[in-house]
Amino acid sequence: MAALISIRGLKKAFGDYTVLHGIDLDIAEGEVVCVIGPSGSGKSTLIRCINRLEPFDPDSTITVDGIKVEQGVALAKVRAEVGMVFQSFNLFPHMTVLSNVMLAPMRVRGTMPAAAEQKARDLLARVGISEQAEKFPAQLSGGQQQRVAIARALAMEPKVLLFDEPTSALDPEMVGEVLDVMRTLAGSGVTMVVVTHEMGFARQVADRVIFMDGGRIVEEGPPAQIFDTPRQERTRGFLRAVLNH
Amino acid sequence: MNLINTFFNVGVLLDSLPQLLWGLVVTLQIGITSILCGLAAGLFLAVARLYVPAFGQVLIRIYVDIFRSIPLLVLLIIVYYALPFVGIRLSPFLSAVTALSLVSAAYTAEIFRAGIEAIPHGQFEASAALGLSNRHTMVDVILPQAIRIVIPPLTNNCINVLKDTALASVVAMPDLLKQATQAQALAANPTPLIGAAILYVMLLWPMVTIVAKLEKHFSRGKR
Ligand SMILES: Nc1ncnc2c1ncn2[C@@H]1O[C@H](COP(=O)(O)OP(=O)(O)OP(=O)(O)O)[C@@H](O)[C@H]1O
Ligand SMILES: [Mg+2]
Repeated sequence: MAALISIRGLKKAFGDYTVLHGIDLDIAEGEVVCVIGPSGSGKSTLIRCINRLEPFDPDSTITVDGIKVEQGVALAKVRAEVGMVFQSFNLFPHMTVLSNVMLAPMRVRGTMPAAAEQKARDLLARVGISEQAEKFPAQLSGGQQQRVAIARALAMEPKVLLFDEPTSALDPEMVGEVLDVMRTLAGSGVTMVVVTHEMGFARQVADRVIFMDGGRIVEEGPPAQIFDTPRQERTRGFLRAVLNH
Repeated sequence: MNLINTFFNVGVLLDSLPQLLWGLVVTLQIGITSILCGLAAGLFLAVARLYVPAFGQVLIRIYVDIFRSIPLLVLLIIVYYALPFVGIRLSPFLSAVTALSLVSAAYTAEIFRAGIEAIPHGQFEASAALGLSNRHTMVDVILPQAIRIVIPPLTNNCINVLKDTALASVVAMPDLLKQATQAQALAANPTPLIGAAILYVMLLWPMVTIVAKLEKHFSRGKR
């Protein structure tokens, strides 16, 4: 089966400073991939290239569901198929929770308001915050806001969801509720690429774990292999540091 | 008593009042037309600057800088007295509105640029990630948030435009100031000028206090 996301020779530089040194990666439909690695290793940059929030080297290719990710009309199509959840939520503060979730389907897919609202309410129920639908983001806790952000991304019925450290900005007591939602999503067959520092989550939920360092994929494999029998010294060093910390 | 008869002669004031009020109407016509044109053009320039190629951005930057540097009176005189030499002959009203709008557009563009730049980058990224077009990103996400930031400086700009309408009297526009000077000449008494000043203050004082209130309100609500 062809990969849902296919990344070939992905290079990315900020000015003279190369952040990604040629990444090759295929992600299958329904797969849950967790990306781990030290700060500055290029994890965020990697997933931000997938929906081209970061432009990348023209010799690199990324395809999502057969569509090439490049500047132009096709990009809107790719972005409609790729949902993203940010570390800092990035909800629209001037809109109610419900409107946050309804906006993109109406504007991008042309969904009728009534249908968009029904869908939004279903999704908010699914992430466990139906009672907050009429509130504004600032009235919600961090964990609730991040769950709204997940519902907002899901409203577009994306083929894949990208998460960039979705729990890193949360108070510790709220991390669990967001991870629970993500675990449920993973269980229901949603394709997910998750940059995370939550090693427990990665071990439990991921089909595959990718360890990055210095802009390269150093090692990848099933969670048991990466966490229990890592082959690379750099992987071992990283895990030792984060797990004993 | 003599002083009051000179500067605040009730009879002269009442005689000139209809003329002054007509002048006020003209002032408001010039002011409001210029404010609306400047607002539309300024918003267009501010948004265009985000999306046009670098060359266009430089042109907009130059426009904004020039029209914020040039004294309005100089610009008005150029529009009214110099443009006819190249065959462009504008009525006093159009000359005043053109000069005021050109300058107001430059200030408004700067105000909107600052307002848009104050919106966190994450809002643009979240919009892009959802697949929203540039237009929808602006209309649904960025501008509704920027509006709150730009309302106090925009109101300030409106005050400036309304004040600057007085310069239109230079190109023989029968605005409030012009009517007042004519009434003064007719009555051989400066009371109409005082009356005009009072009308300007009555028009603008409320706006000035509103700006002060808004600025206080928005600085308190700052997150
Ligand atoms: N806009 C930018 N301009 C310049 N350099 C950047 C920019 N964004 C990221 N970088 C650099 O690229 C490198 C990789 O950054 P990236 O954010 O992808 O790392 P990361 O693995 O996500 O790290 P973290 O765990 O801290 O989020 C870092 O060295 C960072 O300083
Ligand atoms: Mg990161």
